[in-house]
Parts: sequence; C-alpha cells; structure tokens
Amino acid sequence: MSPVDPASASASEPRRGSSLRIPLLHLRVGVMNELQYRANFAVQLLQTFVQVATGLIALALIFDHTTDLNGWTRPQLIVVLGMYNVVGGMIGFAIEPNMGRLMADVRLGTFDYVLTKPVDAQLLASAREFRLWRLTDVAVGIGVTIWGVVQLDDGLSLGRLVGFVAATTVGIVLVYCIWLVVTTGAFWIVRMDMVQDLFTGMYRAGQYPVTVYPAWLRLTMTYLVPVGFAVTVPAESLTGRLTWERVVLTVVFLVVALGVTRLVWRLGTKHYAGASA
Amino acid sequence: MTATDTVATTLADRPIDYEPTWRAYIRLYGTLMRTSIAQQFQYRTANYLYMIGMIAEPVVYLVVWQTIAEAQGGEVGGYTAGTFAAYYIVWTLVRNMNIVFTPFGWEERIREGQLSAQLVLPVHPIHYDLGSFAGWKVVVIALWLPIAGVLALVFRPTLDPTAGQIVAFAVAIWGAYLIRSLFLWLLGMLTFFTTRVTAIFEAYFAAELLLSGRLIPMALMPEWVQTLAMFLPFESTFGFPITALVGPITQEELVVGLLLQLFWIVVGAVAVRFAWRGAVKHYTAVSG
Repeated sequence: MSPVDPASASASEPRRGSSLRIPLLHLRVGVMNELQYRANFAVQLLQTFVQVATGLIALALIFDHTTDLNGWTRPQLIVVLGMYNVVGGMIGFAIEPNMGRLMADVRLGTFDYVLTKPVDAQLLASAREFRLWRLTDVAVGIGVTIWGVVQLDDGLSLGRLVGFVAATTVGIVLVYCIWLVVTTGAFWIVRMDMVQDLFTGMYRAGQYPVTVYPAWLRLTMTYLVPVGFAVTVPAESLTGRLTWERVVLTVVFLVVALGVTRLVWRLGTKHYAGASA
Repeated sequence: MTATDTVATTLADRPIDYEPTWRAYIRLYGTLMRTSIAQQFQYRTANYLYMIGMIAEPVVYLVVWQTIAEAQGGEVGGYTAGTFAAYYIVWTLVRNMNIVFTPFGWEERIREGQLSAQLVLPVHPIHYDLGSFAGWKVVVIALWLPIAGVLALVFRPTLDPTAGQIVAFAVAIWGAYLIRSLFLWLLGMLTFFTTRVTAIFEAYFAAELLLSGRLIPMALMPEWVQTLAMFLPFESTFGFPITALVGPITQEELVVGLLLQLFWIVVGAVAVRFAWRGAVKHYTAVSG
C-alpha cells in the first residue's frame, strides 16, 4: 500500500468539501503508482504514435481520391482526428479504468467496500483508478488538433475557442454518463465485459465526423455512444460550423443524461446483493 | 511433487521416440474442435456482442468510401458503392477468420507456467491452438450469417461470384486462418527472448493494417505500396480472400493467390519449427 491510504481519508466524519478531496487523493495515488512503471510510458507513446500515424495515412489515402468528405476538408478532418485522440485518451485515463474496476467489484462482491464508505458511492466508484500514461493520447491529440487548426483557412476566434473547451468538457461528461449507465447493467447481468468491447468498438467511428454517416448510424453515434457529442461537436466548434440549436440540444441532453445516470445508479445499487463479505 | 511423478510415469510408459500417427492428429483436432464449438456456443451472447462491436470498423471504412465513390461520380479506382459494400461485408467474415491466438497471450503462458504442462505432451503445442481456434471459427461463421444478412440489407452490396470464386473463397479463408496463426505464433515467440514485446507487436499490427487490405482494398493503394505488399504475407490473409469472392479477379489470379497462400503456409510452418526449437531452449519454467 502506498503511504497515502485512501481509506483513511474517509475514516472520520465526512466534512463539507471532502467530495473533491477524495477523487484528488485517488488521482495522486494513481499517479504515484504509474510513475513506478516509467517504461510503460515509452510503450504508450509508441502506441499513440502508431495510432495517429495510421489515422493520418487513412486521411492521406482519402484525399488521394477526393477533395472533400461530405463537405469536410482535410484540415478539418485533421481537427476531428486530433479530438478523437484527446477524448479517447481521457476515456482511457479516467473513465474506462473506473468502469472496469466497478464491474469487477460487482462480480466479486467487493463492491461492498464502496457502499460502506461514508462518501457518495457514485463519486467514489467513478474516481478510483487512473491510468496516467493514457494522457499521452491527450497530449498528442492536442498537438494534432492544433496542427489542423493552423491549416484552417478562416483562423480561430476567441468565441470558437470557448465553445470548443465547453463542448469538449460536456462531451466527456456525456461519455462518462452513458458508460456508467451501461456498466450499471452489471448489477443485473454480472457479465458485462463484452459490452465494454462493444463500446470501444463503436468508439472507433468517432474518427470521422458523425455527419458523414447515414442517419441510423449518426443517431447511434450521437446518443448511444456519444462520440458525436464528444468529438464532432468540439471539432465543429473549432471549424466554425457549430449552430445555436446544436448548443441548446447539447445542454439539454447533458442535463437529461446526468439525471438518468443518477437514477439508474440508485436503482442498480439497490439491486446489488453482495456476493461475499 | 506428485504431479511431477505422474507426468514422469506417464512419459515412462511410452516409448521414448513416440511419434503421434496421422490418425491420432485427426482425432486430436476433432476433439479440440468439438470441445471449442460446445464451449463457444455457450457464450453466444458474448460472442455476438463482440462481433457486433467489431462491425463498427468496416462500417466506418465502408461509409467513408461509399461517400467518396458517390462524390466522384459513382466510382473510385474501379470500386462502386455496391462493390465497396461487398468488400467490407465479406471483410467482417475474413476479419473473424483472422482472429487467432494473440502474441500478447504468450506472456501469460510463460509467466504462469502453462507452457510447462504443454511441453511434456507428445504433440507440438501449436496444434492445440490451431484446433481449438478452428472450432471457434465454425461458431463464428454460423453467427456471422445473420449479421451479413442485415449488413447486406442496409448497404446493398454488388456481389456476383462464379462457382470457382466461391470454392476459392471457401479454401482461402482457411488458408488465411492458417497463415495468420503461424505468423502470429512466430511473433509471439519473441516473448521468450525479451519482455519488451508490445512495441514490436504494435508496429507489426500497424503494418498489417495498411498492407493487408484491411484499411482499404489494395487496388486503391499507391503503386509502390502494392508492390511492397507482394513480398509480405499480409495480403494473403486479408485482401486476397475478400477479392477472391468480391472480384474483380481472373481465374489465373485465383490460382496464383491460392498457391501464394500455400507458399506462406510452408514458410510460416518452417519458421515456427525452427523458432520453436530456439525458444524452448531459452525457456525457464516458472511453475508447473
């Protein structure tokens, strides 16, 4: 165990403002843990590089045969590719590890330890595990995004940038909501790891703007696997094609998603019967 | 210690130069395949979700290239929206045939000593992988048919193979399976010599993605890439089986493609044989 034992933080009565302290503490422990395995950083860097290179080669092949993809030019698609890596990196850094841990906990019955702590269980279950090295995806993704933005003909305004940061944050929260709802299914069906496979598989479609896809796929990619919101909307914002309707729709969807997630979480934890302990 | 004793006595019961007969191999493969078919059908829901998740990748490629084909007046490099659909739908089956024992799995095999148990068996361990994965393929093909049906309804493929093409395809997907099994085994065996294998595997898979016809049909690649691919085994495991069914392909090209597969199977088998000898010498059992 590391010197900073997360359990000790919640041993006493919970204080106001402690809700943010616990995730931060877990983050620190996670970072310290990962810093022990520095070689993994090199491996992750290579993986990121290979992924970005393949994405760029795919784009080069596309633009060998055409000048635009459904109205999207090459620099705009580079922005989308960059954002795809940023969001993918955030998922790998914070969302995927926590959801994997949650699923394992439910299966093994060790979820008891989460429920018995005097902090909000959803918060604790969502911020326990962090994979530091996946942030290389985020860093490289930001680099690619900037490279794409620089090539845009019409430059960048402050408004676009603000919209972009807001849209990205909202998008990542949405991915978290939907992933948590799906993971909560583990309270009923126990074996949910294949759903995780399904989700990661579908996420790949985020490499291109969802507006390229036919309606049925576009709707799936927007509302079920919200890469539409997480990747396309921020990219739209940067490339100046974001409309007001889109912004309102995004905010409404965010509020609904947060509420539904909370509700499903409550139902799920009620349904949970400890397997051991 | 008793476990070791039992192994020792069983080995002692057999003549030292025990060589399994052909019939023993056929029985072994039959049993492995039957067991694995029964096992995998139990997890049909998990298998299904896995296969559906996998469909996102070709659908992305397909949609992008159909869009381009339509924007370019209906055709890109000889492919229409319909032939792209056929290419990427057949792709899904070929991709599934391409799933074999992962090179990443060797680390666990070595670390947990599973290999030690396999080493005392009279049959080369590769047969166990080949047999059980082949059984899984039977399940995969059965589960794939409805998926292909749905994809065909959505994307309207143009598919008009001759009888010869169908036969060649049926053979070629198993050839692809064998080639990929052998080459990934070869790659996985690097784990015996170094623990930093992830980087090598990633580079291999990236090369494979680009040079096999998985990302786009090889005909759409620049000339020099196509030439480079001719000297590598990747296309035999992916692009060739698909094109065998989807076309355009001549009778001669079919025969040449199948012979090329045979060539890669022989190369792979010989390489595995030699690499295995070296690898086992390097192997130190962790447990038993």
